[in-house]
Amino acid sequence: MLRASVPALIAGVLFGAGLALGDMVNPARVLGFLDIAGAWDPVLAFVMGGAVLASAVGYLFSRRLRQPLFGRSFFIPENRRPDTPLIAGAALFGMGWGLVGFCPGPAIAGLVYGKWQAWVFVASMIVGMGLQRLAAARPAARQSSPADA
Amino acid sequence: MLETLPPAIAIAGGLLIGGAATLLLLLTGRIAGVSGMVATVVRIADAGPPWRLAAAFVVGLPLGAGAVAAFVREPNIQVTESVPLLIVAGLLVGFGTRLGNGCTSGHGVCGIGRLSLRSVLATATFMASGIATVFVTRHLVGA
Repeated sequence: MLRASVPALIAGVLFGAGLALGDMVNPARVLGFLDIAGAWDPVLAFVMGGAVLASAVGYLFSRRLRQPLFGRSFFIPENRRPDTPLIAGAALFGMGWGLVGFCPGPAIAGLVYGKWQAWVFVASMIVGMGLQRLAAARPAARQSSPADA
Repeated sequence: MLETLPPAIAIAGGLLIGGAATLLLLLTGRIAGVSGMVATVVRIADAGPPWRLAAAFVVGLPLGAGAVAAFVREPNIQVTESVPLLIVAGLLVGFGTRLGNGCTSGHGVCGIGRLSLRSVLATATFMASGIATVFVTRHLVGA
C-alpha cells in the first residue's frame, strides 16, 4: 500500500502544479470562462483540452497493460449509462461552481495560498458531501449508482 | 480584471494535469477524481481507492500549486468575500459531486478522455449549469 502512496503523491503534486500553471486555482479565471455574456476568458478551454488529450493517451495506453505498475488491477468505471442522479448531481455541482468559481481540485490546491475563502469553501464542501451520504442512506432515497470517479 | 494568460501556458498546465492523471492510472490503476478522493479521505465514500493513496494524492495538490507559485508565477487570486455565498457554493459542490459521482477532474478530464457517455453528459451538464448560474448572478441580479 505504501508503494502506491508515493506515485499518488507525485501525481497529486503534478496535478496541483498543472492547476496552478493554468491558473485554474483562480476563481476569477474560472468565472471568466463561464461568463459567456461578458468578457469571455478562454483559458479554461485550453487547460481542459490539454488535460483531456493527455488523459486520453494514458487511458489508451492502460488498455494495453494487464495491470498497473503498483497494483493488481485497473479500477475504471464500467458503467457508461447515464441516470438521473448523475445529471441532477452535475447540475447542482455546476450551480455551486458558478457561484464562486471553485471546484474540488482547485479549491484543495488553493488552500496553500492562505486565502480564508478556500478554507470556508472546502469545509462547506465536505459538509455537503456528508449531507449527500446521509440523504442516500435514507431507505426512501436509496438508489444505487456505481462510482465514476 | 485579470491579466491574460498565453494559450501555450494554459495548454501546458492542462497537459500536466492530464499527465498526472495518466501517471496515477498507469502506476496505481486509479482514476484521478478529486471529489471521490476527498470523500475517501474524510471516510464518507462507500467505494474508492485505499485511504493512503487518496490522502497522498490530495496532499500533493496544494504542494504542487505552492511550488508553481514559488518558482513560476504567483497567482493573482480573486475570489468573493461573501461567507454565505462561499458556504452555499461549497454545500452545492460537495452534495452535487457526490450525487453525480464526480467533478471536473473525474468526469471532465478522465471521463471525457475515455469517451464515457456518463462523463460527457455530466460535464456538459455542469458546464451549462455553471454558465447559467454566472449569467444569472452577473447579468440578471447582481451586476
